[in-house]
Amino acid sequence: MNAPYMAPADTPVRQVTITIDGEEVSVPEGSTILTACNEAGKDTPTLCYGDTLTPKNACRVCMVELKGSRVLVPSCSRKVQPGMEVMTDTERVRHSRRLVLELLGSSVDLSTTPRIPEWMERYNADPDRYGERAGESLRRDVHDPGEHHAGNGSIAATMAQPDKIDNDLYVREYDKCILCYKCVDACGPQWQNSFAIQIAGRGFDAQISTEFAVELPDSACVFCGNCVEVCPTGALSFKTEYDMRAAGTWDESQQTTTTTVCTYCGVGCNLELHVQDNKIVKVTSPHDHSVSHGNLCIKGRFGYAHVQSREKDGSS
Amino acid sequence: MDLKFSNAEPFAEERDAIDRRLGGPGEDGWDGGERDERDHRSAQTSLPAWSRRHLVLEALHAVNDRVGWISPGALNYIGKRLSVAPADVYSVATFYALFSTNLRPKRIVHVCTDIACVARGSKEVCEGLEKRLGPAGAMNGWKHSPCLGVCERAPAALAVEAGDPPHEHLIGPATVDEVLLALNNGPAALAAEAPPVMAVPQAGQEGLVLLKRVGQVDPESIDDYLATDGYAGLRRAFEMGPAQIISEVKDSRLMGRGGAAFPAGIKWESTAKQPATPRYLVCNADESEPGTFKDRALLEGDPFALIESMTIAGYAIGAERGYIYLRGEYPRSYRLLRNAIEKARERGFLGANILGTGWSFELEIRRGAGAYICGEETAIFNSIEGYRGEPRSKPPFPFEQGLFGKPTVVNNVETLYNVPLIMQIGGAQYAKIGTEGSTGPKLFCVSGNLVRPGVYEVPFGATLGEVLKLAGGVPQGRTLQAVLLGGAAGGFVRADELDIPLTFEGARANDTTLGSGVVLAFDDTVDLSGILLRIARFFRDESCGQCVPCRVGTVRQEEALLRIVHNHGDAGAKGRDVGLLRDVGLAMKDASICGLGQAAWNAVESAIDRLGVLKESR
Ligand SMILES: Cc1cc2nc3c(=O)[nH]c(=O)nc-3n(C[C@H](O)[C@H](O)[C@H](O)COP(=O)(O)O)c2cc1C
Ligand code: SF4
Ligand code: SF4
Ligand code: SF4
Ligand code: FES
Repeated sequence: MNAPYMAPADTPVRQVTITIDGEEVSVPEGSTILTACNEAGKDTPTLCYGDTLTPKNACRVCMVELKGSRVLVPSCSRKVQPGMEVMTDTERVRHSRRLVLELLGSSVDLSTTPRIPEWMERYNADPDRYGERAGESLRRDVHDPGEHHAGNGSIAATMAQPDKIDNDLYVREYDKCILCYKCVDACGPQWQNSFAIQIAGRGFDAQISTEFAVELPDSACVFCGNCVEVCPTGALSFKTEYDMRAAGTWDESQQTTTTTVCTYCGVGCNLELHVQDNKIVKVTSPHDHSVSHGNLCIKGRFGYAHVQSREKDGSS
Repeated sequence: MDLKFSNAEPFAEERDAIDRRLGGPGEDGWDGGERDERDHRSAQTSLPAWSRRHLVLEALHAVNDRVGWISPGALNYIGKRLSVAPADVYSVATFYALFSTNLRPKRIVHVCTDIACVARGSKEVCEGLEKRLGPAGAMNGWKHSPCLGVCERAPAALAVEAGDPPHEHLIGPATVDEVLLALNNGPAALAAEAPPVMAVPQAGQEGLVLLKRVGQVDPESIDDYLATDGYAGLRRAFEMGPAQIISEVKDSRLMGRGGAAFPAGIKWESTAKQPATPRYLVCNADESEPGTFKDRALLEGDPFALIESMTIAGYAIGAERGYIYLRGEYPRSYRLLRNAIEKARERGFLGANILGTGWSFELEIRRGAGAYICGEETAIFNSIEGYRGEPRSKPPFPFEQGLFGKPTVVNNVETLYNVPLIMQIGGAQYAKIGTEGSTGPKLFCVSGNLVRPGVYEVPFGATLGEVLKLAGGVPQGRTLQAVLLGGAAGGFVRADELDIPLTFEGARANDTTLGSGVVLAFDDTVDLSGILLRIARFFRDESCGQCVPCRVGTVRQEEALLRIVHNHGDAGAKGRDVGLLRDVGLAMKDASICGLGQAAWNAVESAIDRLGVLKESR
């Protein structure tokens, strides 16, 4: 259901031609404007877009101007139609991208989100101009939709809250969460079908949550880690990575990645073993692999301790 | 599907409330995880239960109505009965303001603090309640509420008592004593609600079309309805057939009255042309735009007309099922509509083989639960289907993929009330009412500081000044300060702009909007910056949270306004904050998914640019 549609080799795929910033680009019918932008070499920022998921178009950082449209359109989800005239660098586009980055930057910890500094600079974003940021809230898991406490405007509301460490496999730092829905979609009908997490609450008080915010071991979570795989901000991270970051030892430049096949069962999922200092520090899965599409189960994702067991007698 | 639930079990009354709504276990679909003899060695599909996801909201209502909140056990039981994961049920339950997932008392009074009520003394009521009950909050028995849609009787309050049956009572004008009475003795102890006709000062006047029956007939009596031309439109429609009905509606140039002013005939035609079936009809009776109460006046005063109008529309577009999505805060409309549906079915106007034509049409009411966003035409689908009321992105449009993914027409209540008239007099004749660009009669929700607030019907073409005059103008000794057109998503106009014609084209030419027909007048006693703060608060509270520009933008907008209002003297800071408001406003308008975010800055912008509100230093 989620695999990109592949036409049988003998049916010619129709090409659609649109213009992007005045230049013509042809892409297969059914492609998104984002695909066309990539084709045309337009570097487009994206956050909620995921290569293995149905576009949710929630973050609005990829907006482009489309001639004839009253409002900007999300390039990650809008399909191309012949003759579309798309503009990717107008004042309106730059303004919206800048504001999305500022609004997120002022409310969320983006320190582990890739490419943020580069985009902030490109769009001249200044997240600090919204004022002093609110500190940790202990009430983000209490939901009173339709109500909030408004102060006097001197403190900018944020997602700040304590990290959720309730198991040995992965950690949830929701102060880094941009509510992109990717983890929810990965856990739900698009991949995992475990339905352990959803969005709870409404508006700015919305939060990824289990039912009544119970801890993961008490929820339907099966610890497949597929939500961690798709999280674009590092709000979800493997406990190994979280601990190493805390200790100051996490260093991606020192890591190697080895692709291999999972040995636990016969499905044939591919694993990418990230190794630092001769130790596996996390396991991911290639998104373009035809079997696993980036998904694994708990064994493939976390069951690697035996590999690095130093015990000679094998009892580890 | 194998779902995991905690051990929390429902209390007996929760189980009973849910079973009554869903039918007892085993009556329909999967019973929810309990294994018994019958299941031994047989695999059962969960499909029948699965397809009942759309009952999640109904089941949540059942529990909330009965005990006042939704406990973990009740949530589990709903999930098991409907084969929905508990995290999913929780995500729906925490979306709606009328539900609580925290323990709270059975009696709650929602006190409206929205703009029309602020202009007429809700602040004083709240101050009084704070003294007697402590600050607003569920545990103190009272809460602040966004507009309750009773602006003509501002300040308003809604008293709710969970139980079997639950009691709900709209109070207006509300006093501290009445709120206390409702809390101490229950809403049943309150004096009877003002009759529906109170909302319509013109009631009984010659020449009314949409409001002609309000106050003149018994809204519970189908015989009264039939005696006043009721169902003449449907009979005429059956003579014409679907194609001609649509062509008459197109000729009438009837524009949607829900706010977006889209031509109804075109919407019907494009839906009817879709090959996919079944098709659906949804009546948008969510009426939550602050200052809007016209749909309530129609539904309470003349409920049968909605049933007739929807039957015609359903017949025209080939929909055999219609849904009325009714605002959760409208208890009397709910009661009257249920009665109307029942009576119409008894008399053969609804159900199988209507009036012997062979055409069948079913109608169901779905109650909202306190979420303005659910009035958005795609959020309404998600809400009915049992999901969070988050708007979908368009395209695809409702006429292609709407409710349950099928071609769907969504029309506002008032839009539909025009249909029987169009059937009777024909589209061309109808188009002669009003102006070239805005045909037909129109309802305005006139409220605020006026002598006779209420719903007024005029043919399109009346000016703002004329409509204000109908409502008696501002009280003696006061002067008009500004008027808000179109509600919180609309815009302000100045007191010297009373010549603006209240037509779609007139509003457009004057760079404003009619929206849902709100005309809210503020006299010189009202602090407009307080009104702006309330509007900003409204959008922040009602944003669904899906997209960044609106989720965070509405927060930053409120914060900037708060700073401006609190920072009296500092001109430099004020200038920066106004600039920030413009920046955020433009991004919300340009990059939000739906109309809520896109319009969240309209009123503030018009207050700055048109009224000069934040410029003057106070
Ligand atoms: C945030 C939001 C709230 C809305 N609320 C309502 C509502 O309560 N009632 C309504 O009829 N239309 C509402 N609308 C407009 C609907 O999306 C839709 O345009 C309308 O129901 C279509 O019916 P009409 O063509 O008959 O006007 C709302 C729109 C938005 C963006
Ligand atoms: S680890 Fe797997 S089951 Fe658990 S929340 Fe993430 S996606 Fe869902
Ligand atoms: S936790 Fe990560 S994947 Fe989930 S919504 Fe937040 S940012 Fe997105
Ligand atoms: S604009 Fe606001 S209400 Fe609409 S989808 Fe975005 S967050 Fe939700
Ligand atoms: S990447 Fe397109 S909206 Fe988020």
